[in-house]
Amino acid sequence: MNLHIKNGRVIDPASQLDAQLDIFIRDGKIVAMSSHLDGFTADQTIDATGLIVCPGLVDLNARLREPGQEHTATIESETLAAVAGGITSLCVPPDTDPVIDTPAVVELIEDRAKKSGRAMVYTIGALTQKLQGELLTEMAALKMAGCIGVSNGLSPIKNSLILRRAMEYAATLDLTLFINAADPWLQSNGCVHEGAISTRLGLTGISETTETIAVARDLLLIELTGVRAHFHNISCGKTILLIKDAQNKGLAVTADVSAHHLHLSEHDIGNYDTLSHVMPPLRSIRDREQLQQGLRDGIISAICSHHQPLDNDAKLGPFAETTPGISGLETLLTLTMKLVDDEEITLHQAIASLTSHPADILGIDAGQLKIGAQADICIFNPNIYNECQPNKFVSAGKNSPFSGWLFNNKVSHTVFNGKLVFEQDKIRSIIV
Amino acid sequence: MSHNQLTESGRLHHFLSIEGLKRPLLTEMMDRAEQFSSISHQQVKKVPLLRGKTIVNLFFENSTRTRTTFELAAKRLSADVISLNINTSSASKGESLRDTLHNLEAMHSDMFVVRHNQSGAAEFIAQHVAPHVSVINAGDGCHAHPTQAMLDMFTIRRHKQHFPDLRVAIIGDILHSRVARSQIQALATLGVGEIRVIAPKTLLPTDCKTLGVHVYHDMEAGLKDVDVVITLRLQLERMQGALLPSAREYFQCYGLTERKLSLAKPDAIVMHPGPINRGVEIASAVADGPQSVILEQVTHGIAVRMAIMSMTLGSQAEFHEVTP
Repeated sequence: MNLHIKNGRVIDPASQLDAQLDIFIRDGKIVAMSSHLDGFTADQTIDATGLIVCPGLVDLNARLREPGQEHTATIESETLAAVAGGITSLCVPPDTDPVIDTPAVVELIEDRAKKSGRAMVYTIGALTQKLQGELLTEMAALKMAGCIGVSNGLSPIKNSLILRRAMEYAATLDLTLFINAADPWLQSNGCVHEGAISTRLGLTGISETTETIAVARDLLLIELTGVRAHFHNISCGKTILLIKDAQNKGLAVTADVSAHHLHLSEHDIGNYDTLSHVMPPLRSIRDREQLQQGLRDGIISAICSHHQPLDNDAKLGPFAETTPGISGLETLLTLTMKLVDDEEITLHQAIASLTSHPADILGIDAGQLKIGAQADICIFNPNIYNECQPNKFVSAGKNSPFSGWLFNNKVSHTVFNGKLVFEQDKIRSIIV
Repeated sequence: MSHNQLTESGRLHHFLSIEGLKRPLLTEMMDRAEQFSSISHQQVKKVPLLRGKTIVNLFFENSTRTRTTFELAAKRLSADVISLNINTSSASKGESLRDTLHNLEAMHSDMFVVRHNQSGAAEFIAQHVAPHVSVINAGDGCHAHPTQAMLDMFTIRRHKQHFPDLRVAIIGDILHSRVARSQIQALATLGVGEIRVIAPKTLLPTDCKTLGVHVYHDMEAGLKDVDVVITLRLQLERMQGALLPSAREYFQCYGLTERKLSLAKPDAIVMHPGPINRGVEIASAVADGPQSVILEQVTHGIAVRMAIMSMTLGSQAEFHEVTP
């Protein structure tokens, strides 16, 4: 199977490439990136004129709901949503049901993902059994089975001694630790950022210290144990300072931010908009600006979907009783590119934070375009006016607060392992 | 922000929160209540304003006084009333609310009076009822209790008349109080000169000043020269633990005694949304004393709720029909 992507603007942040080139793909691999290739007969040709051709996106955190909540979403439905968003590699956190704390669950997820065959699904194994924060999992077995790292998901480990031991063990096995930082006592039963909005709406707030205290503790233990660690979904400006300090000290610490935290703030909750109920909560406008600055400074290196598909019922109810989460796979690229349109970050920063940077964090051979590499490619139109319509999402989760937002870009094709796995409707609407 | 409580012509369709309502509307509410309050003194305490309308009191949280005054108000307006107490066990939270709502809607009711332990519940119900159904918020979580706030404003007006000249102090658990939030909004809308809140830091919301109040931790300083003293009920579960060490210490620091009250203006009135914890937030001598208007508040609750119900549900009916 030979695939020819012609006339696109090829951008590969890892190699600083930005040129009008053709890409030639044979048997799943990129064989050439040039203006032509002798003796290459294409079985399929994609005309990428006016489009940007970049590595397939790498998403560090997406919940697919399988196993355990197949009534909400499945690996099949969500990997299709992933490629509709240009994502060809994604990581599943361990809080499935059952939890990813045995090789059997890893195999089940990998099997289903292979059957779906649209995107590479990596599993993050549980750090403690059943995520209960008490007993270590068999991390060596999880690593053997294919886990790309370990995490305790959204259940922070309260006992610092257990966390220290878990870090030491993960470091022994050279596993990256993924952390969602929150102090469980300070978080309590909060559901929104503690500030003017929580005061006005009478909702229990989650203070900034909920995140910063947890990050500070974790960083000290990271320094002690030498584990390689990655902070998921940081939400506060002050957290960036802590991480910057750790990076300056030379600790192997990285961080990501969700695309929605880069665009929304507590004010978007307005009058109890449950679609903006997310964890960690949407913070102040100043926090949002500091997150964008952290991205520009390179302290935050990746942007993730933190995809949490939910059924409609989960968002119907009084705010605090609804389930937090945003369906984010299909808005990851568009929201990130919107930051480019808004001149917050450069085009190269945007693409790097979705491709080569997250791939580096995972230590996987993805997120770049090079000869001999697996052909995972995202092709998007950077100049097409369109309105976000969550009810038309491919994902089973239509829970997005971005309904009605106007974007100027859209994924047109996604290639995974040399195969065209997604193609936007041939009929292009009004091209500006 | 609850703009959806008004019709296109600016009339009240739902009554969910004071926030966003203009002063003339609040004044109209109190003027109407003034006229209704005379009905209570008549032999026949009924007017036919809401005849044929069905009002459902939906109480997901226990209440005696609020529910009773809503019932009385509805009956005096000649509406048919059903009161439902629905226990919200943690096992059946979100679902029961939605399901209950759909079931009740099938019974063609015209108004829901809702009390719920979750902030935003009334708003949620208002978004999900049929367009002709009105929703009145009888207290949602820590968010709002607008009818209580209006009966408090009505009581203040009976005694003080000109709002801009007033200094009002609210004492106690502001953090968890839907009453305080609505009172503050109503006082601000009516142009009250100075609104003070008096509480320890543990019972104040962060960014409390964004509500437009002056914050005092020292009760004696906070009470100085005020015209209206509002004490809030301290919920039993907050009396001991991490928020406060004990009811005794709370009374010592923030309980309203005759001595502390003497720091306010001599003609200051004392209010409390009830039920009272005597010896916790207020001394019996003050609660039953000459400056207390606490029982008046309860009486006014009926007239004010009649005014609100008739404004939301009977906005098409001519008001002069009912004036005696």
